[in-house]
This record gives sequence, structure tokens and C-alpha cells, in this order.
Amino acid sequence: MAGTKKLIDENGIRLDGRKWNELRPIKLQVGVMKNADGSAYIEWGKNKIMAAVYGPKEVHPKHQVLPDRALLRCRYHMAPFSVDERKNPAPSRREIEISKVIREALVSAVIVEDYPRTAIEVWVEVLQSDGGSRVAGITAASLALADAGINMRDLVVGCSCGLIGEQVVSDLDDTEDKEGNGDMPVAIMPNLGLVSLLQVDGVYTRENFQKAFELAIEKGKQIYQMQREALTTRFFGGEAQSTEVEEAAE
Amino acid sequence: MPMIQRKQVIPGDVVAKGNYRYGSYIEKRGEEYVALRVGLAEVGRDGIKLNPFTGPYLPRTDDEVIGKVVDINGFGWVIDINSCFDGFLPASFVFGRDFSPATHDLSSKFRVGDILGARIESYERSRDPQLSIRGEGYGKISSGEIVKISPTKVPRVIGRRGTMINLISEKTGCDIRVGQNGVIVVDGSPDGIVEAIKAIRLVEAETHAPDLMSKVEAALGGGVVGGN
Repeated sequence: MAGTKKLIDENGIRLDGRKWNELRPIKLQVGVMKNADGSAYIEWGKNKIMAAVYGPKEVHPKHQVLPDRALLRCRYHMAPFSVDERKNPAPSRREIEISKVIREALVSAVIVEDYPRTAIEVWVEVLQSDGGSRVAGITAASLALADAGINMRDLVVGCSCGLIGEQVVSDLDDTEDKEGNGDMPVAIMPNLGLVSLLQVDGVYTRENFQKAFELAIEKGKQIYQMQREALTTRFFGGEAQSTEVEEAAE
Repeated sequence: MPMIQRKQVIPGDVVAKGNYRYGSYIEKRGEEYVALRVGLAEVGRDGIKLNPFTGPYLPRTDDEVIGKVVDINGFGWVIDINSCFDGFLPASFVFGRDFSPATHDLSSKFRVGDILGARIESYERSRDPQLSIRGEGYGKISSGEIVKISPTKVPRVIGRRGTMINLISEKTGCDIRVGQNGVIVVDGSPDGIVEAIKAIRLVEAETHAPDLMSKVEAALGGGVVGGN
């Protein structure tokens, strides 16, 4: 573990100056594309990701139609210029897999039964990539779905945690992901209290697994507040929640 | 029973707890009523309602829609009703029960590209919506300008008991037809049409502004535009 020492110094400060449990700066924006039914943009550290939702619409090819629910399609793609060395634009094994896990993370929140015989398409395009782009993609895609006005049980929010040496850290960036000892992307539905994505690599002790998992959920809830804010800004003009509660005359 | 007005909600938010009647875009989870869309929720005597801000048009029986003929087959017309489902207008609804594909020419009635005002005769989740043009005012719309808005904003464009649409119509001297699917046909003098479309766009942009009526009235000016 040659790189371990460099990633986190003796004061517990990481390469980019964060403590073990800090997030990178996150910026969220909803409704950024005119031609999509719903869209969102996320900047998470150095990640820059667009998510677009089209549909519900007719399913083509027809044989894929599901008679009782919508077909949720998902594509995660990295632009050729999103990484240091030009990436071949053809979908790689990794992108196909991430598309699959993003789809599965979102499908438990979307009420697909409300849109029988239709397709809902989610496109996640990574314009600039840093570590943790799948969870950033999920976070943006769920906002895009809400923007498109598709019935959802809850928003989905992702966050990753990992290991540097034996230290649990939150929100790995690209270097930490590659040089560190473990990565654990988690997506949750915060109001339902359910996990819709959990992937792990690296070797964890029981304690570290528990710690990393709980940290990911805690950080996810923090990002959920940013999601709320982004949606509120888009639809309610950013004004504070103004609920008038009156006692009915009875 | 507490009343809640204009509560801003996003998917997953709890609108209220207790025992209420509830409408679309709300799900009951135990004691809690949860919003499924972004919108404004109201809790009152007649239960919980959620007015969504965005969303696709899903057909409902008896909705009045405006659509475009996109295809003709032997038994009727396929109509794009701005939804994920195509509407179907059976030829027998137009020619009567003695319709036969051999004797009747469908394209003599409506051609591809024609705009129709129609009613959703029936719709259920397993089949595409069936349209009908029986009734007054339904059928081919031969003149006017088409404006598309988000279907969730149709109720605001119409206004309470049609007040908004009547206001725009009177001020601009235009004939305005609003389909529940978000398609609007505006017909009148060229100037009037321009003004009416501006007013509709204003309603669309400021759907949930308080006192929208007077804003629209101010935008349209005091005098009668374009008409005489």
C-alpha cells in the first residue's frame, strides 16, 4: 500500500484538504434542458454530469412492451473528453454495468405501475469525471425524474464511502478511488429509509463496513437536503416553505 | 381537523397524517399521506388534493382533447393527443353503425394532418384511449393557431369556472379552445391571436402567482385588442 500514506496525512487531512467525513462541494440544478421532459445538472467535486428524462412514451421495439408497467431504460455514458485520456465513446463493460445499477437504484422509487405499456428513458451523461460518478448520476437522475413529473415514492440520493488504509472516509475522489483500499457506493431513499444500491469493493472489517455504510447514509441525507433545495428553487422560486396551517372552525 | 393550504411538496414528502380522502398523486402509507409529485398540496374538508407542477398527459374518460390525425387505417383514425398513448377514433363513430370499409372512404372525412376536437370515450390501462366526436363542437377544427402548454397548467388557463379563458377571449376577441391534453387552438384576428398567445404564455409562466387574473388583465390592457 504505497499510496496510502500520501492520501491522508498524520493530521487526518486528505489530499484535497478534507477531513475523513467531509463531502466535496456539490452544486445541483434542475430543469436545464429545454427539449427533455425533465433534466438536472450536478457538479460534485470535479464531476460534471447531466441527466435527462424522456417519457413516458411509446415503447420501441414493440416486443419489449410491459403490459402492466413502464419500462425504465437507463444509459450511463462518459463523454470522450470526460477523462484525461480520450475515452472510446462506445459503451464499455463498466458503463453498461453502471447503467444497470443506476436503473435498479431508480426503479424502486419510480411508480412504474402508473404508466403501463410505456417507456421512461433516463440518460446520464458524464461530461467531466471524478470519483463517485455513479452516485452523482443517480442523484441527478432522480431530480430529472421529479422534474419530468413522473410519480415517485421518494427521491433517490447516492453517496459513496470507502477505505484509505484502515480509515473509513466519505465521498472518495478519483485518486482515492484508485489508490485507496475500498469503495462503497450507496443509494438511499431517505424518506422511506430504504437502500436501493449497495456496492462494495475492498476488504472491510465488520466494524469498518458498518461505519462506512452508516456514514454513507448520513452523508446521503445531507445531499438530500441539497436535492430538496434544488427542486424548491426550480419550482417555488427558492422561497421558504410557506405553509399556512389554520385550525378549522369546528 | 387542521387545514393546510398551498403546501409545497416534492416526491416523498408527508402531506398530512390522519384519516382523509385523497386524490391522485398521493399515496397512503399507514397513517401518512405522501406526495408523489412536485406541487402544491391542499388539505381541506373534502380531503387531500395535490396540484402537480409538471407531468405528462394521461387520458381520462370524458376529457375534451385536441389532437392531430397521424394515420388512417381500415377502421378509423389514429390521433396524436399529446400523450404517451395514441387516440383511436373508430370510423363507426363517424359514419354510423352501418359503416363498412368497402363503401365508406375515411379520408373523405378526415385526412392525415387534420386537427380534431374530440372527447375521450373510454380509456383503461390495458388499451389505448378511444375517441369520439359525438356532441356539439367536436370534429375538425379548420382554422386557428395551435399553442401547446404543459397539461398540468390547463386548469389555470381555464380558470375557476372558465373565468381566465373568458377574460382572454373577451379582451382579444378570439375564440379559444383548450384541450385537457395541453393543446390550445386560438382563432381570431391576427393581432388578437398574438395577444391571446402572449396571455396564455403568461399564465403558463406564472401559473401559481397569486392574483393571476389581474396580472393577465393588466398585460392585455384595458381596451379591446384587435377586435371590433
